[in-house]
Amino acid sequence: MPHLAFDISHLLAGGLVVVSFMLLYQERLYSLLNVYALHAVVLALAVAWQAYIQDAPHLYVAAAIALCFKAIVIPLSLHRIIERLGIHREIETVVGIGLTMLVGIGLVALAMVVMLRVTGGAEPIAREDLAFALAVVLLGLLIMVTRRNAVSQVVGFMSLENGLVLAATGARGMPLVVEISVAFSILIAFIVIGIFLFRIRERFDTVDIVALDQFRGERR
Amino acid sequence: MSAFGANAPALVLAIPLLAAAILALLPRYRVAALVNVGASLLTLLAALALLFAPPPPSTAYLLLDELNIVFISLSSFVGFTTSVFSASYIGHEIDIGRLTPAYLRFYHAMYQILMFAMNLALLANNIGLMWVAIEIATLTTVMMVGIYRTHEALEAAWKYFILGSVGIGLALFGTILVYVAAEPVIGEGVGSMVWTQLVAKAAAFDPALLNVAFVFLLLGYGTKVGLAPLHAWLPDAHAEGPTPISAVLSGLLLNVALYAVLRFKMLMTANAAAVAPGPLMVTLGLISLIFAAFMLYRRRDIKRLFAYSSIEHMGIIVFAFGMGGPLANFAGLLHMTMHSLTKSGIFFTVGHIAQVKGTQRIAEIGGLTETHAWLGWSLVIGVIAIAGLPPFGIFMSEFLVVSSSFARAPLLALLLVFGLLIALGALILRLNSIAFGEPRGETARVKASYAPLIAHFALVLAIGLYLPAPLVAWFQQVAALLG
Repeated sequence: MPHLAFDISHLLAGGLVVVSFMLLYQERLYSLLNVYALHAVVLALAVAWQAYIQDAPHLYVAAAIALCFKAIVIPLSLHRIIERLGIHREIETVVGIGLTMLVGIGLVALAMVVMLRVTGGAEPIAREDLAFALAVVLLGLLIMVTRRNAVSQVVGFMSLENGLVLAATGARGMPLVVEISVAFSILIAFIVIGIFLFRIRERFDTVDIVALDQFRGERR
Repeated sequence: MSAFGANAPALVLAIPLLAAAILALLPRYRVAALVNVGASLLTLLAALALLFAPPPPSTAYLLLDELNIVFISLSSFVGFTTSVFSASYIGHEIDIGRLTPAYLRFYHAMYQILMFAMNLALLANNIGLMWVAIEIATLTTVMMVGIYRTHEALEAAWKYFILGSVGIGLALFGTILVYVAAEPVIGEGVGSMVWTQLVAKAAAFDPALLNVAFVFLLLGYGTKVGLAPLHAWLPDAHAEGPTPISAVLSGLLLNVALYAVLRFKMLMTANAAAVAPGPLMVTLGLISLIFAAFMLYRRRDIKRLFAYSSIEHMGIIVFAFGMGGPLANFAGLLHMTMHSLTKSGIFFTVGHIAQVKGTQRIAEIGGLTETHAWLGWSLVIGVIAIAGLPPFGIFMSEFLVVSSSFARAPLLALLLVFGLLIALGALILRLNSIAFGEPRGETARVKASYAPLIAHFALVLAIGLYLPAPLVAWFQQVAALLG
């Protein structure tokens, strides 16, 4: 049983990383949202499995939030927003998909090297979960940096946040996990409402402030 | 008095929360502005009571020690003066139709929720609770930054939102790692997130895990402090939101994020095998200082100018705390206090100037000392103070930072002085065109409230001239606590 418990949690956490990679190469917004829904489903399974092996019933709540809110409500409402606002269906990327994938592989390797090295003392399941979670977080950041449009940046942020929930559930007995996942859901709901109300279609293409200042703000 | 003192921590949290609920329901904005001022005054009184009452024992969620009392009294003082400024500021915004009473109801309620969230973050003894409080503070400021709903304001709010969320995400990952490091020693459950327990037992934690955790925490909360590679949200958020919010952002919210970094720094120093957090902070601080100093030259928007100056000063403060030791910590604390007071005073002045001129463009503002003597000279005093010239308090704290680092790391101190001088040049250059020369732009009068800014500048001047012994003793005690 311990072997099986470990293998399944390994499989699910690794699956989350694979789905993060799938997010990286989507070229159309609708398919990006579908893959994100899959991401949330995998997360829900991973969290539920942790709830089962740690015998921590409160984690089932976190899993249910992931399943209902992130896998169903959010993708559906983003679908409708894209239709209503007439946002470009194609995703503009800053760099090519191939290069992004290569950087992504590098980031996953980095996450493994860093986390596996420093978590020698922790138990194996927590160790694997933390390493995979960091990989998901870094891939989420990569998506946010390489995408130009607001909806795909939000998807990047939500996948990052899924990585955080995975990390929090992997840490045995961590308090406040459910509260944190509720807080994040509120945050995401605000973002989605924000997109809709303020009709944010495109975003500032760079995190480089020098370029930004020239484009806007001080130009007036 | 003693019963009041014992309940003061709860009051510091309860008053803003209650006020927020009332303000959300009050339809009349003039009354609401007064209620806002009153509630902020009560919070300030409760915070001052904390100074005199013996600190209550820490619980699993709340903690009161010398360190956070400094932050709480500072933030409730600036919170109060800003509410006074805000009352006269919004009057003008209503007159010119930039804000409607409905938005003001929202604005006032958010203001008090922000105060609540900041006090909660400062009082939290639980690293998870602290994270949640800082997230609430971020959300409320995001909404206030976007309140004008112009294209620029929404873009600024959106950028702040996304970057702030990334920062908050990284900080959470760091928080989880701290828990993972603590769990084998303290055990499962809430105990492993209680800061006092963490510090007491930090020596037994896995140092490698703590190192990685600190990197995430520094980057995450550092985003909110506005440290250089992660500062992109800060100038936009300051420039596009209402000016009272710029004052609170610069004067308080940056400090609260810094406080979080300091708490985790103390945790790191408690573990001898973990990497020293100092050099990381010194590096980030210096990068922020020098980068912001050069960026000051290219500013054409007056609020952006002072936003970059905030990045510069946060750099100095983080540098000082990174150097560590009693003297540098003392200097850092003093600099933080002086910067909060001066910068929010400057934003009070700038807010009225922008209202008079109807623009924030530096090119369209000129000769203020001739047309609006009070505003013009207040700005001159504020800029002299913020640039670090005597006889103001910032001169003294910068002098202490420089002299304490010269003794230990002369090369770093040279870089620090270099950054300070570059920034000084930029500020004086801009001040010259804004305050002196041919009057440019509108010359209409505006109903301004001078009391808050006079109070701030007078305090900064007084401390620059004479540091009272009790204050020195108090800050020395805190500096020793910081290690």
